[in-house]
Order: sequence, then C-alpha cells, then structure tokens
Amino acid sequence: MIKRPFFGLARPSLKHPVVVNREQDSVEEIPLPQKVTLFLSPHIKIDDIILRAGDKVITGQRLKLTGDGKDYLISTATGTITGISEYTGYLGQTCQAVSIEAAGDDQWDDEFNERGKTTSPENALEFFNYLPGNPDFQSLLSFQPPVNTIIINGIDKDLLIATNQLVFKTETESLIEGIEHLKKITRASSLFITVPSDLTAEAEKTGVPVHAVNPVYPNILPEIITKNILGRAVPPGKRCEEMGVGFINAEAVVSLTRAFAEGKIPVDKIVTVINKDYIPVNIRARIGTPVKDILKALNIETEHGDQIVLGGPMTGTAIYSEDMPVSPDTDAIMVLDKKRIVLGSGSHCINCGECVRACPARVPVNMLVRLLENGLYEEAAEQYDLLSCIECGLCSYVCVARIPVFHYIMLGKYEFSRIQSAEESNA
Amino acid sequence: MHNQKLLVSSHAPYWHNGSSISGKSYSFMLAALPAVIMGIYQYGLPALGVLALSISCAMIWELLMDLAMRRPVSIGDGNAAVIGLLFAMLLPATAPWWLVVAGTFVAIIIGKQIYGGIGCNPFNPSLVAIAIIMLSWKSFMDFNEALVNYDLGFYMVYPLSAVKHMGTSVLSNFSMTGLLLGQQAGGIGTTFGLGLIIGGLYLILRGHIRWEISLSFLLGVFVTAYFFNIADPDKYAPPLFHILTGYSLIAAFFLLTEDSSSPVNFVPMLIYGAVAGFLTVLIRNIGAFVDGAVFAILLVNVSNPLLDKIRPKAMGKGTEHA
Repeated sequence: MIKRPFFGLARPSLKHPVVVNREQDSVEEIPLPQKVTLFLSPHIKIDDIILRAGDKVITGQRLKLTGDGKDYLISTATGTITGISEYTGYLGQTCQAVSIEAAGDDQWDDEFNERGKTTSPENALEFFNYLPGNPDFQSLLSFQPPVNTIIINGIDKDLLIATNQLVFKTETESLIEGIEHLKKITRASSLFITVPSDLTAEAEKTGVPVHAVNPVYPNILPEIITKNILGRAVPPGKRCEEMGVGFINAEAVVSLTRAFAEGKIPVDKIVTVINKDYIPVNIRARIGTPVKDILKALNIETEHGDQIVLGGPMTGTAIYSEDMPVSPDTDAIMVLDKKRIVLGSGSHCINCGECVRACPARVPVNMLVRLLENGLYEEAAEQYDLLSCIECGLCSYVCVARIPVFHYIMLGKYEFSRIQSAEESNA
Repeated sequence: MHNQKLLVSSHAPYWHNGSSISGKSYSFMLAALPAVIMGIYQYGLPALGVLALSISCAMIWELLMDLAMRRPVSIGDGNAAVIGLLFAMLLPATAPWWLVVAGTFVAIIIGKQIYGGIGCNPFNPSLVAIAIIMLSWKSFMDFNEALVNYDLGFYMVYPLSAVKHMGTSVLSNFSMTGLLLGQQAGGIGTTFGLGLIIGGLYLILRGHIRWEISLSFLLGVFVTAYFFNIADPDKYAPPLFHILTGYSLIAAFFLLTEDSSSPVNFVPMLIYGAVAGFLTVLIRNIGAFVDGAVFAILLVNVSNPLLDKIRPKAMGKGTEHA
C-alpha cells in the first residue's frame, strides 16, 4: 500500500517503475511445470469442445477446440490432455480449462512453420491468439472501419510492472523486426510508440514516431492515450478500436518476431512476480504454469489469509487457488501479506469528493455509487456516466469510506449490459 | 477443511491510500484543538464541561441509534464525536447540561441518523442542532445574557449584537488584532480566530476540507460586507469585522465544509461558499438574527444537490458528432 502523503491537496501520483539499469532486470527462468492449464475464453461451452482427455499433444500445436475449427488453443507443453475442468471467470461465469500433463522434453509442432509463416491477417487470427503479451488481433483486424492507428505500449498498463520497458531496453532489434511484421499483418497506416522519456532514445531506433508519456498512473490507459496523443475522446460505452485506434504490447511485437524467426509459436511469458515486500522479480515461465510452481521456484511462502493477485495492484484479479495458471495476459503475480490486504467497507458514501477529483474520466463517482448501491443500473448509465468509466480503479484507491467503488462500477457495467441484451432479445 | 490454506479474494484495486473516516475525524478534532483550548483557557471548567458532555452525549446518541436500528456500531469512525465537538464549540460556556443533551440529540438523531447515518445528512448536523436551540431557547444562546457573569478583561458585549444595536460607533471598543486573538465574547470555540485559521489551513493542506469552499465563503462575506459598509458606514460594520466575529471563521473551515452537505465539484463549491457568505452578511445586517451564519449555511445546504448538477462533461461525452 502506498500511503497518502501527509499533505493531500493534489491528486494521487502513482508512478510506474522506470527501467534504467539493465542488470537489475535479469529474467529468471522457471523450470517446465509438470502440468499446464490453459484457460479458454468464456464463450466456449463444454459440450462443443472436441478435445478429449487422453489426447496426445505437442508443444506449439494448434488444437482445434470446436467442430467448426474457429476456436483453437496453442498447446504449451508436450504430453497428454488429462482433463477439461471448469473454473470461475472474472464475472462469475463458468469457463473451461484444458489441463495437459507434460511428459519429458518439448517436441515442437510444425504446422505453423509449414503454413503460417506468411504475414497475413488470416494467419494472425489463426495462430496468434495466445501469443505472450496477449495481442488482440481479433479487435485489431475485424473492426469496421478498420483500425488504422496502432499504438505500441512501452509502458505496462499497471503499476510495478515493467515488462514492456524491458523489451524496449533489451530487445530493440527484434522489436524493429516485429514492427515490420505488425505493419504487414494489420496494414495500419500509422503506428506510434509510447514510452517513458528515459527510453525515448531506444524507442527512436525503431523508426516509428515516439511519444514520451509521463509514467504516472493512469496516463497509460488506452482511452487516455487516445485522447492525449491523438486528440480523440472515446465516447462512453465505445472502445478505442471503434475509433480506429488499436493497442499492442511491446512484448507481443517481439513475440511476433520470435514466431517468424524460429517457426515456432512462442509459449513463454515474462511475468513480474511481486513479493510481499513489493520488490519485483522478472521471470520467464511457460504459459499455463500454475502460480504454485512459480512461487515455489522463487521460494515465496504464502499463508492462510494472504492474497494472490494476477496482474498489478490497480487492475489485477485476485485468485482463489494457487493452481491458477499464467495466461498470455498475466503480466504480474502479486503476493500480498494478510496485513496489507485492503478490504472494502459497507459504509455509505460520505460525499467527500476525493473520487470525483481523482477520476481521469470526470465521472460523478459520488452520485454514481449511490445509484449502483441501489441497483439502479440504467439510471446510472443514462444520467451519471457509468459507461464513461475507463476502469482505472483510482476511485476505490482514494475512497475515504473504503467503499469498493470500482467493484460496484464493474458490477454495474455487467448488469447494464445484461439489461441491454435482454431488451434487444425481447425487442 | 480446517488446515486448508485459503486465499482472500477481493476486487481490484489492491492498494489503498490509507485514508479513512476515522483518520479524517481525528484530523478535524486536532484542527479544532487550538480554538478549543483557548475556549477552555478563557471560560474555565464550565467550557470543558460543556465540551466533554457534548462529545460524550453525541457518541451515546449515535450508539443508541445504532442499537435501536440494528446497524453496525459506528461510533468508532469519530464522526459523532466531531459533531458533538463542533456543537459544543458553538455554545456559550454557560450552556446548561440539559441544553447540551437535547442539542446533541437533535444533532445526531434529527440531524444525521434519521437520514441514514454518515454521508446521508442533507444539513450539517451541528448546525441543525444549534438552529433548533437558537429558536427554542433563545436566551441561552444570547451571548450577552449567557456570559453576563464573565469579565475576561476585554469588551464583553457580543460584537455582532453590539454593532447591530448600537451601530459602528462601538467599533472603537474592538481591535482587529484583539478579535483575531480571541478577545471577544462568543461561543467556546468560535472566538479565537487565529486558532481557527491555523486549524482550517491544516485541514486544507491535509486535503480534508476544500479550500474552494472556505475561500469563497470568506470572499462572499468580505464583498457583501464591503458593499454594505460603503453604503452606510455608520450602520454597517466593515468587512474584516464580519470575518473575525460571530461564527464566520468556524463556519468557513469547520461547518460549511462538512462533507455530506457540501458539493464536490469545483464551480458548485465556489457558488456554495460565496452564496453562504452573502447570505450570512445579509441576515446579519438586515435580518432578524444577530449572527446569520447558521441559517445561511442551512439554506445553502439545501441547494447542495442542485448545485452539484453543475459538473464537467465526462470524458468523451458530447464529442460524438464533433
């Protein structure tokens, strides 16, 4: 927890770490796990899955999930599928997970090498959904009008994480190559790079226009970048991609380079592990590695009542089991001591206005939370800018009454979308 | 199952800046301390008695209400204690015990709890209580009557009533420095201007109250009083006198800035403060009451929800067709 400064006139200033010294950021390798677990997206239903327990798979293999072959999975280990199990997703929905028991050394699959190596949008959609760094080619490629501006994130979206900066610092060459691949895949007319000002020299080597961003949270969130750099404000309820602006992490760009250079789909993810003392360690782990194995490799002990968060302190997701795996979008694993856990209170809003002043989207949070507490989701969206929220979490961070404001907002958005889809299906 | 290691799950964010309602309440109490100590120094044990009784009664009413309504006990957040403290600061040191008990009852139950507790009160609870006491037991709130047995070595007529009834000729009895240093009759915690300003600045710097409200209130008082003063200098006191007497300073920093009944957006805060200042002087100069701060603030409290409708457009709103 970062304490509020004694003098509290200004907005909270949460700084991203800036990577200056390369030696400090050596990446530790995590040994291959016994078992990997791969999460499937929530829309895939268990009855449609054609994978079966006992199927043999090899590393990098593109596994068709459903009969029509559209949904797929990239296996990250060589071994046998042991089962398809359920897990509870962020919104409480039931999702499926495929577990693979690893058997010895990796054997690499050849399908990508044989037919995936041309840089086309189709191939990107067909092979790159599970690339480390989690590039969202689905939204980069399938919006109409198409995304024409792509911003390469040199700063991670959450605090304490510096994976993308590390890529800029240490892998400039493959970044340059990856940008060429990205240009061919997306045919975007303009690309930008956002980095903290300390890294502009490295970023300029890529030949892509660079914007130095003050690395203070939440300057790096897509909506704020779109507004500050491109001067386009994203209307409430719309995505940046609908405005023609897409985002990709530097880590994902480098993954593209590795895929094309080696003819293998990369299956390792750089993860920042933040221990109880808030000292981050960078590791490289196989996607699907259970959190348990990583903590064990780093000698991090957890106790009953601690908290483990996948992602950073502002936008991460707490997990309920150490068996949860590293996903392509898991930038960090944060272990919080039970003394440092922030629990929300059931207090009313005291109308102090801290959240209103902290909100980068100028949402009237004090009014919004009153409506959300009472379940008035439609009114909240229509009158109090529920959908303008850009999900930074600063309202909860500054709340004097410790109301879980961000939680209320996410619940409100979810319930509102359910109301809307119910209305549409009844119309 | 008992040996199983369970992890705590909650929603993001996993950090908090450490602020809390109780921390805020303690800061208020700390900020009020200079003025309170001065009050105890001037009026002695009776003042201490009123303060102690008021704070403890406020907390007891809060506790009883929590129990009666089967809600979690909320005296730990210090809000009831702050309400009791501010209420006592507004009272004369001679206030009888039953006045304090009745006043805190009004403050906590009618001022706060019946609306749903902290954050739900449309009026400042301490001021609701003072207003009702002022209307119900007028003589106890008349500082000239209440403090008739005190002689603290300075002009003991309540400055605002002196000017109201005798015109600005009495001003020669007051010096601005004297007023600032507490040499005036008044409530226990309302007379020591310097202490209130120090406390207020502390709260502003800590971020517990908003400078917009305090400053615009003082400006509102100043400008309104200034125009009255140039219109008829024999009848109406100069602006600085209005700022340093009565409830002006405690209102600017402690009463008007109460969270629940004050706006949160920038422009509304300025309007809110300025209107309160304007009304204060208006009631003082041409109204029936000696000090207008109480009713002025209660009036602007009502306008708070309406004022807060003036707010900036959310990001991306209204730009769709731009």
